[in-house]
Amino acid sequence: MRLNKIILSFVSALVILFSTSVASFAKVVGDKIILGAAISLTGKYSSNGVHTQNGYNMAVDRINSMGGVKVGGKTYKFDIIYYDDESNPKRAAQLAERLISQDGVEFMLGPYSSGLTKAIAPVTEKYGVPMVEANGASRSLFTKGYKYLFAVLAPANLYLDVAIETAVELNGGKPVRIAQAFEQDAFSQDVRLGILDAAERTGSKIIIDDKLPKELNDMAATLVKVKQMKPDVLVVSGHTKGALTAIRQIAEMKVDVPMLAMTHCDAAKLSKQHGKNSQYALCASQWHKSLTYKDDFFKDGMTYAADFEKEFGYDPPYQSAESSAALLVFKDAFERANSFDQKKVRDALAATNMQTFYGNIKFAPGGQNVDKPMVLFQVMCDASGSCENKVVAPLKWASAKLIHPIPKWSER
Amino acid sequence: MDFLVFQYPMITVQACLDGILLGVLFALIAYGMALQWGVMNIINIAQGDLVILGGYIAYFMYLYGIHPAWGVIVAPVIMYFVGIAIYKLVINKVVDRDLFISILATFGISILFMQLMNFAFGADVVLANSGYGTTMLFDSNVVLPNSKIFSAFISILFAACLVIYMKKSKLGRAIRATAQNARAAKILGVDTEKVYAATFGINAALCGVAGALISITFTIHPYMGLPYTIRSFMIVIVAGLGNLPGVAMSGMGLGVFEEFADYILGTEFRIGSVFLLLVLILVYRRFKLSRKREYLK
Repeated sequence: MRLNKIILSFVSALVILFSTSVASFAKVVGDKIILGAAISLTGKYSSNGVHTQNGYNMAVDRINSMGGVKVGGKTYKFDIIYYDDESNPKRAAQLAERLISQDGVEFMLGPYSSGLTKAIAPVTEKYGVPMVEANGASRSLFTKGYKYLFAVLAPANLYLDVAIETAVELNGGKPVRIAQAFEQDAFSQDVRLGILDAAERTGSKIIIDDKLPKELNDMAATLVKVKQMKPDVLVVSGHTKGALTAIRQIAEMKVDVPMLAMTHCDAAKLSKQHGKNSQYALCASQWHKSLTYKDDFFKDGMTYAADFEKEFGYDPPYQSAESSAALLVFKDAFERANSFDQKKVRDALAATNMQTFYGNIKFAPGGQNVDKPMVLFQVMCDASGSCENKVVAPLKWASAKLIHPIPKWSER
Repeated sequence: MDFLVFQYPMITVQACLDGILLGVLFALIAYGMALQWGVMNIINIAQGDLVILGGYIAYFMYLYGIHPAWGVIVAPVIMYFVGIAIYKLVINKVVDRDLFISILATFGISILFMQLMNFAFGADVVLANSGYGTTMLFDSNVVLPNSKIFSAFISILFAACLVIYMKKSKLGRAIRATAQNARAAKILGVDTEKVYAATFGINAALCGVAGALISITFTIHPYMGLPYTIRSFMIVIVAGLGNLPGVAMSGMGLGVFEEFADYILGTEFRIGSVFLLLVLILVYRRFKLSRKREYLK
């Protein structure tokens, strides 16, 4: 009898728990549209996870304070349920499942990194939950035929495409010799595929093609090859570790190369950690505050950067900017769909065609944003040693002229 | 591409020097591991995390305007006490148990350290700039960053000091006695508990030195410890337990082997080829052992 009582009370406790949680977190409660997000607040992606969260929060506050979202003649406000995915893909997938089936969330925002987005996408797809993500750029996300995944950022294979084009252009339209070193992970290998495409398109030759192991923080061997074979362009991608290691060893080994193109420079705080040694490095970026895109909520990049700095105390990296843009896309889609029906919102998202302070947004059938080019900035330092990132390509957005070729170490 | 080494002969010199400089640093970490493995029969999975913690000490000195090279003096002192603390809290409870328990315990410590460092220092990759220049040899065809030379020099210095200390000092003798036969040492009046604590402390101190050097030559990150554990484990396996000159040799040997594998097979086979070599060495060892056994029969 006693056992029965225990079981009964346990079950009823569960029922109460479940019903309250569902009641309090359904998709749209009162005047609130509730979005769900699993974010890396701890673990190895935690710094970028926090940038992402700050970007989301900034946009939520801004949209809510400027009138919210108007659907069916009624005004709604955004709210986000966050969970910490511990930078772990398995955990992220579990949390997505939990957000959808327990918390009743019907619209999702993406996590940080391609790997975690890849883990979550099958779940949102299974439940038909539209997800706007801002931090998963891997090309493989957009070739799986996902219908409910939308990415506001340009895919990874376009990151350094511009660099090769620019190098060829500066070489008088003649093909160049490329040396490249990429970490063996999904993102960096996608960047590599982009370079292979660009090389083929321009007839350029790849003379060094190194794949760096994930755990390696020594690139000396690659750089020795570069020193001997003298390529026209050196391309490096290996997240922040790769960027920091490359600059350190290029400076230490006095490797002279006319053009050096990389990813993750701003995340690595390159100019802060390396000072003048990072000068002339070209960096791929999704966004830069000096771009002149505009919208009604954040006005433009400069205003966004200033507001962000006021609120969070640091200059916004592109991870924050693109995360803020994801909310603008959701707001726009809700208003155009004029409904909270998932299918209708999904169709509205697919038909998105707008400009935000972060860039133009228009989704290809695969879900990637095809209307926003990557920008390249170059680290430029003055005599006192303080360095700044200046956009140099594409020319339309350039705020400074590209310095090419990079002066030799012996002349610096 | 494949035969760069022959096209550009200077690469051979560069590869040898790079390998040796890298190997010496790894050998220092392996040396600590071999010491504690030999004395306490503990394989310390947290070895790499101790290294990274040492690196952070040097990094924070650098951040506060002190030259990170001083880290090689400060880090071992702090890390020695960290080591003693870990011993008192965890290791002394597992030191007499079988190897599996101690591997689990140190694995736990490793995870704890990673998370704590991530929590305390953040998940950014950081480094300390030494400002040391570069040495150019052979008409600047061979380049050696001075920071690497400095690291190798300091590693050798610390290793040599430790060898002498082990030979001459009272504690050194007690450590060696305990390694040979803990029970006999205890009967003869050696306080093995103290010896164990000191050994763990010395190992942590060595990790501290190595970490400070790594923050000067490479980069550090809370989750970057495991490769250092694996590398030192391999060096010890190749050298064999209790073979300290062997540790130095195998450290440098593996370093050079790795560099050549990179130039000849390609960067993607760098780590793989080292593991392949490890397997071959183990198979060869076993083969030799089984022959010995046959003689005995």
